[in-house]
Amino acid sequence: MFQKTFNWLDERLGMKTIYNTVLDRKVPKVNWWFTLGSASLFLVLLQGITGIMLTIYYVPSPDHAYDSIQYIMNGVAFGWLIRGIHHWGASLMVLIVFFHMLRTYFFGAYKYPREFTWVTGVILLLLTLGMGFTGYLLPWNQRAYWATTVATSIAGTVPFIGNFINQALRGGADLSAVTLARFFSVHIWWFPALIAGLIGVHLYMVIRLGISSVPKEED
Amino acid sequence: MPKSPYMSRREFVSIVTAAAGTVMGAIIGIPAIGYLIAPALQKVSADTWIPVGPLANYPVGVPILFNFNRTTVSGWVQTVNSYGVYIIKQENGSIIALSNKCTHLSCRVNWKPEDSAYVCPCHDAWFTITGDKIKGPQPRPLDSYETKIENDNLSIHFIGS
Repeated sequence: MFQKTFNWLDERLGMKTIYNTVLDRKVPKVNWWFTLGSASLFLVLLQGITGIMLTIYYVPSPDHAYDSIQYIMNGVAFGWLIRGIHHWGASLMVLIVFFHMLRTYFFGAYKYPREFTWVTGVILLLLTLGMGFTGYLLPWNQRAYWATTVATSIAGTVPFIGNFINQALRGGADLSAVTLARFFSVHIWWFPALIAGLIGVHLYMVIRLGISSVPKEED
Repeated sequence: MPKSPYMSRREFVSIVTAAAGTVMGAIIGIPAIGYLIAPALQKVSADTWIPVGPLANYPVGVPILFNFNRTTVSGWVQTVNSYGVYIIKQENGSIIALSNKCTHLSCRVNWKPEDSAYVCPCHDAWFTITGDKIKGPQPRPLDSYETKIENDNLSIHFIGS
């Protein structure tokens, strides 16, 4: 019965083909450093799920941001856990994605024909850092406020257009409700959308081109 | 190859993966559900006795208005609501505590000594000194609070609104 239902669906959806293409690929003999991409993907999903969970209670307004997080930490069952995972997952993700890049670099995996995979990967690394930057402001505590003040001031030191960049990031001369709202928007809509799209391209190319092998002595 | 009596490596890996996945799913899934439904499970009880002062403050036969505030917390927002209660000590010594909230549309009624009635300024609802209807659009008498006296101090039983 199950087999029959599955076959009926598979005939229409091609699930077996997807499975064979995505998971039953031929891969060279590689080592544990090659698991960092999968680890990054896992962390992206974890951050996405916990982040969506946090938006159920979090309010991106200077009046309520801090208090809503206090409520998540103390008032909601397992709120501390969901926020804790999101908090530590963020740091871990920067670390893992960075090591993923180092592996690609030192094993020469960015070379022909995988240059474009490398380019999307670099953009994904920058977006990961951007997620860390925008997410850091959201607790709206002293550390968040002043860290963002300093970071946007650093962006303001760019010659000629620095002041413009600073004001565009802050949405005005100083950090305000406008800053919090735009950082929140970028953190939960703009960057995640870009990251999801680029991961799609990145994975498509990994599957299409296959993964590189560990360089040997004669390479 | 003859069939081995032992589990194949592939079977073993499948079972271990499924078991680990189930455990991980439960560890993540159960807190996640708890997190989502937590506010529905919290019992917020506003039930309390509010002291309204010594009995001697209240003369016989004259409604005296006592005002108090209650704070409700919903998530991360605190709301302060004001309440008014008319305390009437009757000639036989019993105490009546009436909410000053009109039962029509919740405007605050005022005691008019010259008419011996509570009159609502919004839609001209009139109530007797004990809260019964005289005339107007109100559907029922004024709401009353349960009262108690301890050591000559009066309290009213506040149950939420």
